[in-house]
Amino acid sequence: MNTNFTHHQSAHCENGVASNLLKFNGIDISEPMVFGIGSGLFFFYLPLLKVNQAPAISYRPMPGFIFNKAAKRLGITVKRIKFSSPEKAQIALENNLKNNIPTGLQVGVYNLTYFPDEYRFHFNAHNLVVYGKTDNTFLISDPVMENVTTLTEAELEKVRFAKGTLSPKGQMYYPTHLPSEINWESAIKKGIKNTCSDMLAPVPIVGVAAMRYLAKSIRKWPKSKGVKVANHYLAQMIRMQEEIGTGGGGFRFIYAAFLQEAAIILKNDKLKELSFEMTQIGDLWRDFALNASRVCKNRSNVEDVYNTLADQLLHLANLEEKFFKELKKAI
Amino acid sequence: MKKEEIPQDESNLSKSNVKELCYATDENGNYTTGLSTGWEAKTIALESSINTINERIEEAKENIKSGKASPIVYFMELHRMDWPTLADYVGLWQWRVKRHVKPSVFKKLNNKILQKYADAFQISVDELINYKGA
Repeated sequence: MNTNFTHHQSAHCENGVASNLLKFNGIDISEPMVFGIGSGLFFFYLPLLKVNQAPAISYRPMPGFIFNKAAKRLGITVKRIKFSSPEKAQIALENNLKNNIPTGLQVGVYNLTYFPDEYRFHFNAHNLVVYGKTDNTFLISDPVMENVTTLTEAELEKVRFAKGTLSPKGQMYYPTHLPSEINWESAIKKGIKNTCSDMLAPVPIVGVAAMRYLAKSIRKWPKSKGVKVANHYLAQMIRMQEEIGTGGGGFRFIYAAFLQEAAIILKNDKLKELSFEMTQIGDLWRDFALNASRVCKNRSNVEDVYNTLADQLLHLANLEEKFFKELKKAI
Repeated sequence: MKKEEIPQDESNLSKSNVKELCYATDENGNYTTGLSTGWEAKTIALESSINTINERIEEAKENIKSGKASPIVYFMELHRMDWPTLADYVGLWQWRVKRHVKPSVFKKLNNKILQKYADAFQISVDELINYKGA
């Protein structure tokens, strides 16, 4: 069984799967477009919730949100099914392949054999596409990989039924209805408006307010947690911002790419200007990550380095507050 | 980020010949994509996380050697699990899993429960109960 599916590498798994599945179904949509329309840009900081023994920091919304929002705004229906039985999960997947439907899966990363060991953590919200099967081997398009790959039946079952936080429960998804005509303008505007209100939300754990909250915490970490723990927290933060998937700068560059595409579709030059501005902000996020990594490495005891990082983050929060207010006005 | 500035540092990715996609601008300021072999900042962050895990593994070994903990903690750290993840894999409440870390409780576990742990760690029951922290 083999569907006529084309693999394109992407920065982030969820946008990549969405873009690849939609391209297969005849909708030419780029990764940044999925990301922008699905309001993928986000910032979240909840110190009470711990992930890998560090406070939860996220540069993206909950898994599944981006594709669901993008699909809804484009008028596409996506079917999602979870399973309690691995056998039934495999049969359903094989039936899809027989019907020429490449299918998206939510999987756990820890048992993905083709990932380098260092990247295998218990992270359960990775996405990939199964586009065919030969003998007992599934043909896999993992959007963050350069080329297609394979997993055996047993290997695929393991990652589909990984346990822990956000366990996938065999979840598979695929578009079932596509509109005859897509209203790109309205979808883009909805996506942008949603992102602006997320980033400017009047709650301390979301958007620019959360960046300020995090900056405040960074100042306190060396004293309240000790340098070692503080540096572990910083390392986790850098990984959330720059690790495989963000396209660099905590998704800011993907978002700038989206704004550039949107400027052409909406015939709005202001968006092009704002895209340049977002690129500059993304560069500052990169500097921030680089500085934070140096703090991790030197294990410096000077309290000032943490204050310098916090100041940098505050500066970013101020820039983004201004940015999203302008973006809101521009559409 | 400009396309020619996409970092090509050595990393854990480049060792496995994996490259990741980055978004960057070309000479006219238009967005395009390029591949990166790795970036210093990320390598440092990842190494720091791996070091933390290794320290935890060593600590677990010590605790088993000195009879303060059961082998469960070692295999849990080895597989980069935390309490909720392990509890979900063995299908038990977290408080029960934490109790099984006490050597006196671990000794009395029946085979059925031990098998659950062995399955979660992808080893045999013998390997699990005979682990002495070496």
